[in-house]
Amino acid sequence: MENYIEDIKLRFDVKDIVSRRDNLSFITCEKEKTIALITHMKNNLGFTHFVLLTAVDWIEDGLFQLTYILNNPNAKIDIAVRTMISRENSEMESAHKLWQQVATYQRELREMFGINFPDSPGVTDNFILEGWDDIPPYRRDFDTKKYAEETYFPRPGRETNDPAEYMKKKLS
Amino acid sequence: MKEQKNIFNWQPDRSKYPKVKENGELDIDLTSEKFIKLWQGPNHPGVTGNMAIELTVSGDEVVHAKTHVGYLHRGFEKLMERRLWIQCFPTCIRMCVAEPDYNEYLLAKSAEELSGIEVPEMAEWLRTLVLEMARLQSLLRTVPGQAGTLSLGVGVQWGVYLRDLVLDLFEELTGGRVYHMYILPGGVRGLLPDGFKKRMEDVLKKIEEFIVNIENLMFKNIVFKKRTIGVGYIDPAWVDQFGIVGPNARAAGFKRDVRKDYPYLKYNELDFDVTYETDSDIFARSVVRKKELILTLDLIRQIMAKMPEKGDFKAQTPNVLHWKIPAGETYVRSESSRGEYGFYTVSDGSTMPRRINLRGPSYTHAVSLLEKMLINANLADVHSIMVSLQTCPPEIER
Repeated sequence: MENYIEDIKLRFDVKDIVSRRDNLSFITCEKEKTIALITHMKNNLGFTHFVLLTAVDWIEDGLFQLTYILNNPNAKIDIAVRTMISRENSEMESAHKLWQQVATYQRELREMFGINFPDSPGVTDNFILEGWDDIPPYRRDFDTKKYAEETYFPRPGRETNDPAEYMKKKLS
Repeated sequence: MKEQKNIFNWQPDRSKYPKVKENGELDIDLTSEKFIKLWQGPNHPGVTGNMAIELTVSGDEVVHAKTHVGYLHRGFEKLMERRLWIQCFPTCIRMCVAEPDYNEYLLAKSAEELSGIEVPEMAEWLRTLVLEMARLQSLLRTVPGQAGTLSLGVGVQWGVYLRDLVLDLFEELTGGRVYHMYILPGGVRGLLPDGFKKRMEDVLKKIEEFIVNIENLMFKNIVFKKRTIGVGYIDPAWVDQFGIVGPNARAAGFKRDVRKDYPYLKYNELDFDVTYETDSDIFARSVVRKKELILTLDLIRQIMAKMPEKGDFKAQTPNVLHWKIPAGETYVRSESSRGEYGFYTVSDGSTMPRRINLRGPSYTHAVSLLEKMLINANLADVHSIMVSLQTCPPEIER
């Protein structure tokens, strides 16, 4: 693992390197260099298996974290590349030319988080939601409870308990 | 690798076929009467769950395919961001009906890894057993399920009966048949009941008899062979391009298995080889799954023989109603019956997860890969090809 991280550090300005396990490390890279970094990892370092791409909403910082997890099947190690992008006008370069499957992940991220990936095939097509006209639902500011209360009718006779309060009551 | 002669597979020379426009749609005139739009689904076509494929066919040849999902979406990943870690367990298991136990294990493992909790050895053995039992009941649907796509429905009925016997054992061990919630952070909920090993052995013997029958029904059957050999071919060059894992990759000659490559729980103490084939068609994938079924029986016997009789089965954990998992992120994976199944988990140090993302094998198998494989396929083979990828829509929609 160390050799791979050293190679990456030599070529790219990466920071926040966290070693979670012997075979899993996290690194953070600038948005503009991220696709170049994962291209290098795929073509030159043997990270040929694309594990996943997803987003984390850090609403308090006004940022989305994109995480690309790449696996090297021969060395049997994973490196997760994180990059921060602004929540406002969120947009990222597409990686579908490296792995065709990435287009599916990008299509979902556009629908669920509102992150655009220009040039990604079919990125504007509906993936899971159809006719959705609210804010992208996986953003932290989308309130699932409020949406459910406004959209669906409550079933009579249902009771909701806060687990901590319920246990206190039961044990007292 | 055999040369693939079946004409109803993806043809690399696209000069004879309609071009695809920039927006991904086919450049054809649907009013020309040369093409028809057909929908397969979204009814539940057997073992795969609710999803639809929008097909464009010319004669009986598919020229374009598009997967549509969303019929099962309940936003589990989002719901878990608003729940205590312990409340995520009954939610996460529903992300895959076929093998819910992998969700429990991966969520527990993520929480333990981020919190630095060591799991007792007895709990590790019991978790290994439960995951192999989950694989067993899943394969009992999937192996004969492939025969069911070619109207050999009796195999499915045998499999469903035997799967119920495995579910009886699950009920005895955990109290639940389909969803178990047996694995919790720090360990498991209990030890094996008295006489469980004997009852397990009785069920395994019945499944061995079933394998003989399934051999005759499927692998020695000329109808099954004619309909599956050379059909649904996956080019080994596609494996990394499309994120192909599990039996689908192993049938293309890739000896990749998370249990062997990234040993977790007690798999490094078990003696087994990775099963694989090289023909990469539906028949090869069925053979790999049949071998997996035989391997699973063997692994369960090994686990039963090596597992201690008694021991601590749960480590001390903080009060789960107030448990704050230290800030950090991790990715943990396991080998489900469909391939690599992983959880990417992020904690911000609060009592609720910041983000949990499931990496399910069907996410790429049933969308980008299936859409490619169906082009040039015969209409009659569409269902069979889809089932051969062992697609599971809940893990796409999450």
